[in-house]
Amino acid sequence: MTTTELLRQHLIDPEICIRCNTCEETCPRDAITHDANNYVVKPGLCENCSDCIAPCPTGAIDSWRRVATPFSIEAQFGWDALPAEETPGEDAVHEADIPEEVARLSALASEGQGGLAPPPWSAAHPYVGLYTLSKPALATCSGNLRLTAPDAQSDIRHIVLDFGQTAFPVLEGQSLAVIVPSGEGRPPHVRMYSVASPRNGERPGYNNVALTVKRVTEDRNGNPVRGVASNFLCDLKKGDQVAIAGPFGSSFLMPNHPRSSLIMICTGTGSAPMRAMTERRRRRLALKEGGELLLFFGARNPEELPYFGPLQKLPPALIDVQLAFSRLADKPKEYVQDRMLTRVQKLTQLLEDENSYVYICGHKQMEDGVENALAQICRTHGLDWSALRDRLRASGRYHVETY
Amino acid sequence: MSINYSEKIPNNVNLTNERTLQRALEHWQPHFLQWWHEMGPTDFEKADVYLRTAISVDADGWAQYGAVKMPDYRWGIFLADAVADRTIGFGDAMGEPVWQQVPGEYRSTLRRLIVTQGDTEPASVEQQRLLGHSCPSLYDLRNLFQINVEEGRHLWAMVYLLHAYFGRDGREEAEELLARHSGDADKPRILSTFNEPITDWLSLYCFTYFTDRDGKYQLKSLAESAFDPLSRTCRFMLTEEAHHMFVGETGIGRVIKRTLEVMKELGTDDPAAIRAQGAVDLPLLQKYLNFWCSSSLDLFGSEISSNAASNFANGLKGRPDESQYEDHVLREASFAMESPDGHGSVRTEQVPMLNALNEVMRASYLKDCEIGLRRWNRGIERAGHAFRLALPSPHFRRSIGAWVDQPVTPAGKIVSAEEYAKLIGDWIPTEADKAFVRSLMQKVAEPGKMAAWIAPPDRGINNQPLDYQYVKLQ
Repeated sequence: MTTTELLRQHLIDPEICIRCNTCEETCPRDAITHDANNYVVKPGLCENCSDCIAPCPTGAIDSWRRVATPFSIEAQFGWDALPAEETPGEDAVHEADIPEEVARLSALASEGQGGLAPPPWSAAHPYVGLYTLSKPALATCSGNLRLTAPDAQSDIRHIVLDFGQTAFPVLEGQSLAVIVPSGEGRPPHVRMYSVASPRNGERPGYNNVALTVKRVTEDRNGNPVRGVASNFLCDLKKGDQVAIAGPFGSSFLMPNHPRSSLIMICTGTGSAPMRAMTERRRRRLALKEGGELLLFFGARNPEELPYFGPLQKLPPALIDVQLAFSRLADKPKEYVQDRMLTRVQKLTQLLEDENSYVYICGHKQMEDGVENALAQICRTHGLDWSALRDRLRASGRYHVETY
Repeated sequence: MSINYSEKIPNNVNLTNERTLQRALEHWQPHFLQWWHEMGPTDFEKADVYLRTAISVDADGWAQYGAVKMPDYRWGIFLADAVADRTIGFGDAMGEPVWQQVPGEYRSTLRRLIVTQGDTEPASVEQQRLLGHSCPSLYDLRNLFQINVEEGRHLWAMVYLLHAYFGRDGREEAEELLARHSGDADKPRILSTFNEPITDWLSLYCFTYFTDRDGKYQLKSLAESAFDPLSRTCRFMLTEEAHHMFVGETGIGRVIKRTLEVMKELGTDDPAAIRAQGAVDLPLLQKYLNFWCSSSLDLFGSEISSNAASNFANGLKGRPDESQYEDHVLREASFAMESPDGHGSVRTEQVPMLNALNEVMRASYLKDCEIGLRRWNRGIERAGHAFRLALPSPHFRRSIGAWVDQPVTPAGKIVSAEEYAKLIGDWIPTEADKAFVRSLMQKVAEPGKMAAWIAPPDRGINNQPLDYQYVKLQ
């Protein structure tokens, strides 16, 4: 059984639970109930909102299993102990090392592809969960550069973290968790960032990674809010130390076989994994391994587009860069999905090639538009997008990370 | 001195706009603080304690952690969110809208229910006031103080109801809650369990396991009440009660874990050898369980009770998890009640279900208690020992109801009065047993260190490490 088919089910550990009723009282979805024996979570109703986690005095509520079919509440009522994990494959072993908050965020991010997908068959083997929230790795900030123009509305930064003598092996597409201390007595803030540099370091041969971080100054509705982790990172000075957990992610990885192609669709800081993959390919250009890179990248305007300058300098032989700007003074709005419709021929050809892989990363809002564009492109060529997408996903060729 | 009450008393009852209520609480608050100063954990008033404080009832607000000196704890008033269009869920008025004010005909009964519940809260603080001097660790000391301040908050919760809904009578009752004292010969607390002194931590764990679990049952049955403010108050109190039960259940579990370690080290289950090693032998623990379980069973009241019947029929107090039952009116139902026949045997008679509700609740409570014992017994079994902990019969050592003063063994067998008197020392702690347990109670106050009779907990509070300085003693 592969992890693709497994659901993450929220359960309560009957060996630890003291049946205090707090979770049942707290749950906003009424997803928790009990009988004379156990408190249990109704699989269909729980939305993993985590409201019940902090109030639980024992931690019994923080229990999860990857299952093919969720345990019914009747089955859970009969338990004296949690059942053993189902035949854990290699991935499952790694998943077990992932902190709960990270697993929750990852599950949210990959919702758009319908849950965890397998990696490309030729992906390198990732290390996962080497460092945890309680035993993090310490990195030192060795660079912090503003990517957006000084007068641009958004402050997006390229931040380089050096791990010194600490092993922190990452692959393109993997992410790490930045741990930001909060005040005395409060649990730290944890935020996930995709790595923007290739596996052999931001600077080849160095033990460092790059992140692409946007300073958060407002929430999704435009209300002013100060993002704790992003401001912490954007304010880092050279020499400052940061606690890092990870690496995480064993699915959103690039193929390594010759003649493999990448379709990359992103907005804003969703460009981080795309930069990593592109840079990996650029460094190996001399090997003439073949394959194409096709990038659709959206932003409001060139000033707000991270890596705008460096992107212009990439050789056309390496990558086909398609930029879409939605706020240019004298031009109609153009989004990535609009741009995709100008490359129908190329996209169709790549989608039909089993050596090409699709990566989508950015704001959640882009998901529908991109899906619609792909569906439209398929229709014009007599292809059924939803069937094709299922095939792509099952063979590790379709990866979505949105937030 | 002017006090900003909306700041001083976190609340979600719009205290700022309730002038009368605010004045009443202004009057009561200094009396409460004086009571805390005299009857609470007085010797630790200057210590910084890592406490959680509720500042709202949502998932983020109900547990804010930080170092606080106990007299500065922000005792707040919280009602769980109202359920829209809530109707009465049981009794003769089932289906009618719940009450936002106290109906005149139930005024004195509701007041008595609230006062009885409210009386237990400060009582337990008084019972435990000296325990801090013999804490097995800073982690446990912090947990004790958390329980104490939250029992104080539960007193506030009940006093709020008395002040807000019962006028002058209510305010007088609120003063009386501070005037009665646990174990006081002249003015004792209302319920006898709350007059039992708690002088050692083994008793505290048993108290929080059994008596606070009774609290859960009482609060859950009041949470069903047709008097909506009482229902909402109790629903929120239950989230805090959870920590108290947690202290009891994990406390006893840790004692057993340590005892099993000592048994393994020594290669024996001989109680004398285990005691010589400074741990609690399992038969001794069983005596403590017998004592506190039987004492807590009295809190449910008489087996046959017309008060319970009318409280249910009138919608004042339901059964815990009322919605899980099929019949919510109970006018037709009956219950097979066991009582002593006066000739050394048990007789069973059918009584109206409404009159047997105390017994129904007691049985459901015992089932809940049983689950912890099953878990502890699994640990003992895994360690390869034949000993098993057991709950005493609900007829054992009862001081109210049909079984009062009946010579019944913990196994439920009726014996002669002489035999009972001879064997009682085998069933509940003797003076020698209590003296031994007291001898173990040496204060351990170094961060991360544990007394030798108890194993460390599996994890710290609020994800803090075990060696966190949970209490900074001055």
